[in-house]
Amino acid sequence: MSQSDEILTIKGLHIEGKTDEGWSEIVKGVDLSLKKGEILGLIGESGAGKSTIGLAAMGYARGGCRISAGEIIFDGHNLLEMSNKGQRRIRGRRIAYVAQSAAASFNPTYKLIDQYSEGPVFHHVMSKSEAEHDAKELYRRMQLPDPEMIGYRYPHQVSGGQLQRAITAMAMSCRPDIIIFDEPTTALDVTTQIEVLSAIRDIVNQSGTAAIYITHDLAVVAQMADRVKVLLKGAEIEEADTRTMLRAPRDTYTKSLWAVRSFQATPKKIESTTRPVVSVQNVSAAYETQLVLTDVSFDIFPCQTVAVVGESGSGKSTAARVMTGLLEPSSGSVKLRDEPLPSVYTDRSKKQLQEIQMIYQSADTALNPKQRIREIIGWPIEFYTGLKGNANENRIRELLTMIEMDPDEFIDRRPGELSGGQKQRIGIARALAADPSMIICDEVTSALDQLVAEGILRLLDKLQQDLDLAYMFITHDIATVRAIADDVVVMKAGKVVEAGPKAEVFTPPHDPYTELLLSSVPEMDPDWLDNVLQGRASSGN
Amino acid sequence: MARNFLKILKTAPPSSVFGMVVIAIYILVAFFAPLLAPYSQTEIVDAEFMPPSAEYWLGTDNLGRDMLSRIVYGARNTVGIAFFTTILAFLVGTTLGIFTSIKGGWTDQILGRLVDTLMAIPSLIFKLLLLTVFGTTIINMVLIIALVDSTRVFRLARAVSMDIVVMEFIEAARLRGDGIWRLVTREILPNAAAPLAAEFGLRFCFVFLAISALSFLGLGIQPPLADWGSMVRDNASLIAFGEFTPLIPAIAIALLTIGVNFVVDWMLHRSSGLKD
Amino acid sequence: MNSLWLVIVKRLGLGIVTLIAVSIIIFVAIEMLPGDIAQIILGQSATPETVAVFRQELGLDRPALTRYLDWAGGMLRGDFGTALASKRDVSELIQSRIFNTLFLAAYAALISIPLAISLGLLAALYRGSVLDRAVNIISLSSVSMPEFLLAYILVFLLAQTGFFPTMSDLTPTMSFQEKLYVTFLPALTLTLVITAHMMRMTRAAIVNLLASAYIEMAELKGLSRTRIILMHAFPNALAPIINVVAINLAYLITGVVVVEVVFVYPGLGQLLVDSVSKRDVVVVQVASLIFAVAYILFNLLADIFSTLSNPRLRHPK
Repeated sequence: MSQSDEILTIKGLHIEGKTDEGWSEIVKGVDLSLKKGEILGLIGESGAGKSTIGLAAMGYARGGCRISAGEIIFDGHNLLEMSNKGQRRIRGRRIAYVAQSAAASFNPTYKLIDQYSEGPVFHHVMSKSEAEHDAKELYRRMQLPDPEMIGYRYPHQVSGGQLQRAITAMAMSCRPDIIIFDEPTTALDVTTQIEVLSAIRDIVNQSGTAAIYITHDLAVVAQMADRVKVLLKGAEIEEADTRTMLRAPRDTYTKSLWAVRSFQATPKKIESTTRPVVSVQNVSAAYETQLVLTDVSFDIFPCQTVAVVGESGSGKSTAARVMTGLLEPSSGSVKLRDEPLPSVYTDRSKKQLQEIQMIYQSADTALNPKQRIREIIGWPIEFYTGLKGNANENRIRELLTMIEMDPDEFIDRRPGELSGGQKQRIGIARALAADPSMIICDEVTSALDQLVAEGILRLLDKLQQDLDLAYMFITHDIATVRAIADDVVVMKAGKVVEAGPKAEVFTPPHDPYTELLLSSVPEMDPDWLDNVLQGRASSGN
Repeated sequence: MARNFLKILKTAPPSSVFGMVVIAIYILVAFFAPLLAPYSQTEIVDAEFMPPSAEYWLGTDNLGRDMLSRIVYGARNTVGIAFFTTILAFLVGTTLGIFTSIKGGWTDQILGRLVDTLMAIPSLIFKLLLLTVFGTTIINMVLIIALVDSTRVFRLARAVSMDIVVMEFIEAARLRGDGIWRLVTREILPNAAAPLAAEFGLRFCFVFLAISALSFLGLGIQPPLADWGSMVRDNASLIAFGEFTPLIPAIAIALLTIGVNFVVDWMLHRSSGLKD
Repeated sequence: MNSLWLVIVKRLGLGIVTLIAVSIIIFVAIEMLPGDIAQIILGQSATPETVAVFRQELGLDRPALTRYLDWAGGMLRGDFGTALASKRDVSELIQSRIFNTLFLAAYAALISIPLAISLGLLAALYRGSVLDRAVNIISLSSVSMPEFLLAYILVFLLAQTGFFPTMSDLTPTMSFQEKLYVTFLPALTLTLVITAHMMRMTRAAIVNLLASAYIEMAELKGLSRTRIILMHAFPNALAPIINVVAINLAYLITGVVVVEVVFVYPGLGQLLVDSVSKRDVVVVQVASLIFAVAYILFNLLADIFSTLSNPRLRHPK
C-alpha cells in the first residue's frame, strides 16, 4: 500500500477518563490506519474503547475524557496539533459521524432536511437549495419512503429505522472522506436492522467513502468491513482482513469471541403424559384501551425451556406481566399445575408466588443497590422457607456455590461491587432462593457481553438439569433461542404467530413472519447479507 | 463505617468544610447558651441603644437588653424552633409522599391534586393568611409552616420514591409478597436516604428563612423570647444611622443558611455521581 | 395543530379550576377562624346586641355557600368589601397599592430576568471556570440570605452616602423617572434576591441540555460554538428557562412583601402584613387572593409559552 492511499493514520493513541481517583487510561496506545474507500471494523465488548477511539478519529473527546498522547494524522495533518477552528473545518465536512441513537442525535426543533443542509451550507459546500435537492436524492438512495417529502418532517414524526437512515444521509451530505459509524443498528429490531445495513453498505460502496464501523456484533461487522480490528480494554488484540479474521483468528480472546455462538443447551426429553407446570390459556390483555395481547396460549413443562421470541412491541414481556399477576388479563387465564391463578398478584398465596420466580434484563435495577448479598438472597429464603440464622446462612452459601461464586468472597458485598455477569448470577440465586418450579427469564442476557452471556446460559442450563426447573425465556435474539430453547413461541403484535418444538419451528416451511425474522439474523458469513438480499429480490419480496 | 465516614469527609471541598464547622458552632452555642450568654435574654440591663462597650460587647437593644446575650439565646430559640418545624414538615411530607408512591391509583391522584392546589398559593401568602385566622402564636406558626412546607416535601419525597418504585427490585419484592412496611424500610428508604437528607437540609433553610421573615414582620416568634428576625426589626432604625450591630442577627441567620447550603450542595454533587 | 390547542385549552381549564379551588381555600380558611369572628373583632367587652348587629353587617347569619358566591362575585366585579379595622372601602384602599406593587415587581423582574439568564448561561457554557465557581458561591450565598438582610445591607452601604432614599415614599404625582429613583433600593434588593435563584436554575437547566446527544452531533458537524448555542441549544432551552422564571415568581412575591415592609413602601404587601397583625380578615382575604391570582396567572402563562415552544406538540405525528 502506498503512503498516499492512507487517508487516516492514528499512532500511539492514549485517552484518559476522569474518575474519582484522578485520570485513568481508557485507551492504551492504539494504532490504526485507514485507506481511501476502505471500511475498517472496530469490534470489542463494552469497555473496549471503541466509541472513544471513533470520536478521537475526529479529534474529539467527550466531556470527562482527554486525548493524552498520540498522533491522529488525517490527509497529512495532525488533528491534535490543529486549532479548534481547523478541527471544525474537518468535522462534518471531511470526517462525519453516525451515532447509535439517531432519535437523540437529531435536534427535535428542526426538520430533517434543515438539519441535513446545515452542514453543507455552513461549510460552504453547497447552497441551501442545492443541499435540499441533494438531500432528496440521498434519501432516495437510502431507500427512505417518500424521499421528496420525508425531509420536511420533524425527527419525532419518523420511525427509528428511518431516522437511522436519515442520519446516515446527513453524514454523507458534505461527501466526507471518512464516516464513523458508531453502532448504527444496535438499537434496532433485526428485521429493521437488515434494511438499514444494506442501505448503509450500498451508499458507502457507491460513494467510495472510507469508514470506521464500530460494533459489538461479529456478524454485523462481517457484512460491513473489509478489515477488522479487535479491541479489549482499550488495547488492540489483533487485526486482519475480514475473511481471514473470521476463518482463522490468531488470538485466544478472539477465538473465544468467535466460539460463543456454538453453545447448545442439553436437550431434555419429557414424557408425553407430563402435565405442564404453567399454562397460559387464551389470554388477552390491554393497556388502557390499547389491546396488547390477543388470545395467547402456550404451555410450559417441567425441566423444559420455552423461548418466547419477538421484536419490540410483540407483547412477549406483557405475557410475562400477565403470568406474574402484574397485569390483569381482559380475558383468559393462567394456570399453575391445572389450578387457575388469581389474576392479580396480591390475591395469590405465598405458595403460588413462590412457584413462579423472575430474572430481569438489567441486574442494575433488579437488585437493590443498598442491600448486601446476604440480605438479597437471605431474605427470600427466610420469607419463603422460614430458615433463619445459621441455617439461612448455610443456604445462602449453598446457593452462591451453585451459581459458581465464592461465598466467603461475595456474601457481604453490595451489587455495586460486582461485575455485570456476577450481578446477573445473584439475580438467579435470588430466584432460586424461593425454590421455584418455574423461572421467567426476561432478556436476561441482552445487556451482557457475549462471553458473559454465554456463561449465564451455561449456568442456567446446568441448574435446569440439577433442579428440574422450567424456564420461560423471553428474548429478541434468535441466537439465544437456538442455544437454549426446547420449545419456541414466536410472537408478533400481541399474537402468537407460530409455536412448537424448536426443531419444528426452525425448519421450513415457516410462517412468513418467522421466515422474515429468521432470515434477518446476521450470520458470521461475509456473504450472508448479499445472499439474503438476492434471495429476497428473486422471491419478489 | 466510621472510618468510611472520615474518608468521605476528607474529600469534602473547603466550602462544605466551612459549612460543617458553622453548623457545629451553632449547635454548640444553642446547647450551651446559658453558659455562654453574659446576661439573661429578657433582663433589662441598662439604658436603650447603648453602644458596644466592655460590659455589653454589642451594646443594648431598643429595650436595654444585652444584644450579645440575646444573639446567643437566639441560636437556641430561632434555630431550635426551625429545626423542630422542619422535622414536623418532613415527617408528614415524606410519610405521605412515599405511601402514595407505593399505593398509586386514587390515593395518589387525590392527594396529588390537593397538594397542587395548595401549592398554587404562594407559600408566604398562605402562611400569612393562616396566621391571621389562627393568631400569631409560636405553636400556630410552627404548625402552619410545617403544614405549608410539608406540601413541598411531599412533592419531592413522592418524586424520589417514584423513581425507586419503578425499579425492578421493587417489582421483585412485591411479587415475592413483601408487606408495605418492609418495602418502605428495607427497599425504598435506604435508596431515598441521600436525596431526602439533602432535601432536609434545604427545607431547613427555607423554614428557617420563613420563620425569620415572619418574625421580622412581627408575626412570628413573639417577645420576650430572643429571636434573630425580630431583633433586626426592633433595632432596624439604627441602621440608617450607620450602626452595624442590628445587622448581626441577620448575618447570623445568613451564615447558618449558607453553611447548610454549602454542605447540601456538596452532598447533592456527590450523590449525583454514580458512586454509592 | 389540533393537539397543541387541546393541550392549551386543557391547561387553561386547569388554571380556571385552580383559581376557583384557591378562592375556596382562601374563603374557607377564614371560616375556620376559631370562635366567633364578630366577637373577636369587637373584643370581650362587646354586648351580645352589638355582636348580633355586627354579625348581620358581615352577613354571617347567611349560609356559607351564599356568602362565598357573594364574595367571589364581588371579587370579580372589583367590589372587595369594607375593611374591618379602618371601615374604609377595600377597593379604594388597594387600588394604588396594587399598582405600586406591580411597578416594583416589574422593575425588579425587568432587570433580573435578562441578567440572571445571561449569567446562568455564561456559567453553564464555561462550567468549571473561575466565573462559574464565583457565580455558584455568590448565588448560593445570596439565596441563603434573608431578604431583609440584603435590604439593610444596601441601606447601610448606600443610604448613608445619601444617594438614594431609604424610605420609598411614592406619590401618584411623581414623574416616571422620580419613581424609578425613589424605588431604586427596594427594586435592587428584589433583583438581588431573585437573580441568585434564577441564575442557579438557569445554569442547571442549560448544563442538562448541553449533555444531549444532539448537541454533541452539532459539535461533530463542525459547527461554530456560537451557532451551536444560538441554533441548537437555545430553542430547546426556552421551555426550561420559562419554567425557571415561573418558579422564581414565588420568590418575587415573598421578596416583595418583606421588601415593602423594610422600605415602608406603600404596596399591597405592606398592607397585607399590617392587616395580619390587626387580624383584618377582609383585607387579608382580598390581598391573599390577589397575590394568589397573579401567581397562578403567571404560572399559566409560563406553561402555555413552554408548551408552544415544544416541537413535539407543535408538530404532532
